[in-house]
Amino acid sequence: MSFDSKIPAGEMNEKWNDYKGHVKLVNPANKRKLEVIVVGTGLAGASAAASLGEMGYKVKAFCFQDSPRRAHSIAAQGGINAAKNYQNDGDSVFRLFYDTVKGGDYRAREANVHRLAEVSNAIIDQCVAQGVPFAREYGGLLSNRSFGGTQVQRTFYAAGQTGQQLLLGAYSALERQIALGTVEMYSRHEMLDVVMIDEKARGIIARNLVTGELEKHFGHAVLLCTGGYGNVFYLSTNAMGSNVTAAWKAHKKGAFFGNPCFTQIHPTCIPVSGEYQSKLTLMSESLRNDGRIWVPKQKDEKRKAVDIPEEERDYYLERRYPAFGNLVPRDVASRAAKERCDEGYGVGTTKLAVYLDFKDAILRYGKIELGKQGNTTASQEEIIKAGKAVVEEKYGNLFEMYEKITGENPYEMPMRIFPAVHYTMGGLWVDYELQTTVKGLYALGEANFSDHGANRLGASALMQGLADGYFVIPYTLGNYLADEIRTPAIPTSHPAFAETEKAVSDRINTLMNIRGKQTVESFHKRLGKIMWDKCGMARNEKGLREAITEIQALKKEFWSDVRIPGEINNMNPELDKAGRVADFIELGELMCKDALERRESCGGHFREESQTEDGEAKRDDENFSFVSAWEYKGESNWQLNKEPLEFEIVKPTQRSYK
Amino acid sequence: MEHYNMNLTLKIWRQKNKQSAGSLETYQVKDISSEMSFLEMFDVLNEQLIVAGDDPIAFDHDCREGICGQCSMHIDGRAHGPWTNNTTCQLHMRAFKDGDTIVVEPWRSKAFPVIKDLMVDRSSFDRIIQAGGYISVNTGNAVDANSLPIDKKDADNAFMAAACIGCGACVATCVNSSAMLFVSAKVAQLAQLPQGQPERESRVLNMVAQMDKENFGNCTNTYACEAECPKGISVSNIARLNREYLSAGLSTEQ
Repeated sequence: MSFDSKIPAGEMNEKWNDYKGHVKLVNPANKRKLEVIVVGTGLAGASAAASLGEMGYKVKAFCFQDSPRRAHSIAAQGGINAAKNYQNDGDSVFRLFYDTVKGGDYRAREANVHRLAEVSNAIIDQCVAQGVPFAREYGGLLSNRSFGGTQVQRTFYAAGQTGQQLLLGAYSALERQIALGTVEMYSRHEMLDVVMIDEKARGIIARNLVTGELEKHFGHAVLLCTGGYGNVFYLSTNAMGSNVTAAWKAHKKGAFFGNPCFTQIHPTCIPVSGEYQSKLTLMSESLRNDGRIWVPKQKDEKRKAVDIPEEERDYYLERRYPAFGNLVPRDVASRAAKERCDEGYGVGTTKLAVYLDFKDAILRYGKIELGKQGNTTASQEEIIKAGKAVVEEKYGNLFEMYEKITGENPYEMPMRIFPAVHYTMGGLWVDYELQTTVKGLYALGEANFSDHGANRLGASALMQGLADGYFVIPYTLGNYLADEIRTPAIPTSHPAFAETEKAVSDRINTLMNIRGKQTVESFHKRLGKIMWDKCGMARNEKGLREAITEIQALKKEFWSDVRIPGEINNMNPELDKAGRVADFIELGELMCKDALERRESCGGHFREESQTEDGEAKRDDENFSFVSAWEYKGESNWQLNKEPLEFEIVKPTQRSYK
Repeated sequence: MEHYNMNLTLKIWRQKNKQSAGSLETYQVKDISSEMSFLEMFDVLNEQLIVAGDDPIAFDHDCREGICGQCSMHIDGRAHGPWTNNTTCQLHMRAFKDGDTIVVEPWRSKAFPVIKDLMVDRSSFDRIIQAGGYISVNTGNAVDANSLPIDKKDADNAFMAAACIGCGACVATCVNSSAMLFVSAKVAQLAQLPQGQPERESRVLNMVAQMDKENFGNCTNTYACEAECPKGISVSNIARLNREYLSAGLSTEQ
């Protein structure tokens, strides 16, 4: 099986241009004959499907939601990065590239990251042209804010609904192509396997979630834009339906899985309130621009936050990281919160929370606002009132969401926050062209492993999803399809389709016939607990070994005692969920195996055995400067392949935000 | 916030599929925490039903943070329940008290046929967008984003209209099953932006034509849609839609 990253030769800042200049093209008459399957309609999938449709390919797009507009990209709050340097603060393509490689703790592929930074500006242009209503200044030009891990303002945003606005832009482009007939849309459909013919991906088996029927679909190429797998932890900021199934099926058909243990735990989420909790809600990182994070200096503090005087508060991020303060990258902020809570300084009923406080921001903005009106003698109340109005304009919807969930008013008392699983940097291994190790099978967006290394910087997920879909795949897919113009569409009567469909159908039958006692949900919760406790914010050898044993036992129990109600040939959400949880269980084992193998700390992967004296993550470049690309070899059996990482430009150093 | 537990009686619409007739069924749930979300209470009920060997209740939901627009329950006669500017998934049980009876039904509209239980088919909304809810700009055609300054007021208004999540509460709550708020939000967003000008007239005419084709009713200015919209989309957008439609109709050569 091929394992070549296909990074073009040449200077770093010439690679992509050079590639584009020499890549094979498909002429318009041939494009009409070539069929492409796109699974998932989030930012990556919708932008890819729309762009490929515009180019003239015959596209079929699939999503499990009732409409492509609902993919989970919609929930991204904070913003999207681009190297526009509109703020004249020294930003450039190089800086964005550099920050992303460093932020990823030197575990990303330089050439991919450089390309990402290069196309970032075109994304903003494209979205504005589509009518995406980004925030603007009074002069009518675009506004920016800063995000963690950077010292420039390069984040474009639409209040706290940036993902929604970008997705609706891509969705509208997609709907336009549907109307023009270049894209055929299959909503409420879930991909359950890849069909392989002559060692190439040639289609998928999908289940119509309304009727329960299995369907066969041919494609000259298959694009998986199916998002991340954070729901392996049960509780995460992902949507309830977000799953790994499509990627996992691809993995079992030969696609290597890259860096599965690289998980992002986001520092600012609303804490868990009880056993019934079904998901966690993120509070955008943009809040760290103005909010200050603290815990009481005294353990087991009983007083209310507002009653604790200034000198008894520990602004631990500002104390530990004076250069970046509250804007350190996510992995650093999350671990620091965990450290304080582990030491007994946590707040709230569970003691697993820290404060995010806007008191100072309200006062600061209030003074500025009244100052603009020439009012320098305002009372404290007037200042607070004016300040609250500014904070409301910036973060109003987030504050409202917090209040709906917790019943507390964050303008009056600090928010309680705690880290939660948010994003997975790992994913299907892809080469420079976004092709997996299976020919004709591509992975875009969060579903691939490529650009964020061991830690993703804020406002980079939206950038990557749209980069892959709008500006990368339209070029790289042609390089493959140019050699496919002599392959006529393969009818789904081909035996490979029937065989794959039978395998899918057999598995569904097996699941339904277990007729055990325990619900799918209860298995998912148990898996999540193992993963969070032993493969979460901190990992060690002992815990990971235990986790692997426990997951294997859980898998056995699942396949002998799960209870799935309803029928096969009908709508059956429990059956859909069972298939996803079964795949999560297998993935969980691989994640622990990967975490065990990587005996260094890097980015979001913190191995307790590998830390500096002051508790920071300690990389081991000599032994672990590689991408782990896992090859499926059968049940609980994987082979580790290593893609060495070479850093031509950004020389790895101990990451410091102090 | 003081937390409390409650026992509730639920009357929930059950319907096997599009063809079959449905009815309200009664269920009991116990020890529901006031901190739970409404859908988490449904999770508890469904777990209970599965363990008892019954068919769990089908309902649409995904993000559970009020943005994807997939959840859609008519609760005690109100789209998305008793709180204003809120989706079903963001409704929390502290809105109810011990001993309450809660009636839950699907969206009711000819244009949103029931698929199963509380799930409806809202693909008519997608088809309205297909009719013109976009700006025709292929990937790669854009000019520099800042070459097109937009008055902040227009940009802010466009953003407020664009906040629509396409959940369909406006239709569900309207006595006429009108989709005017949904359609007007998209028309108003694009009509207020310079990028939206080239297709301004065809867009409004085509979207309204599709809306009519999908069997949505007319608007009679009851403003129920605005009251129940989880994102607070203003009915002033409907006024703008009417103006846009009128002027497009007058100026377009037939």
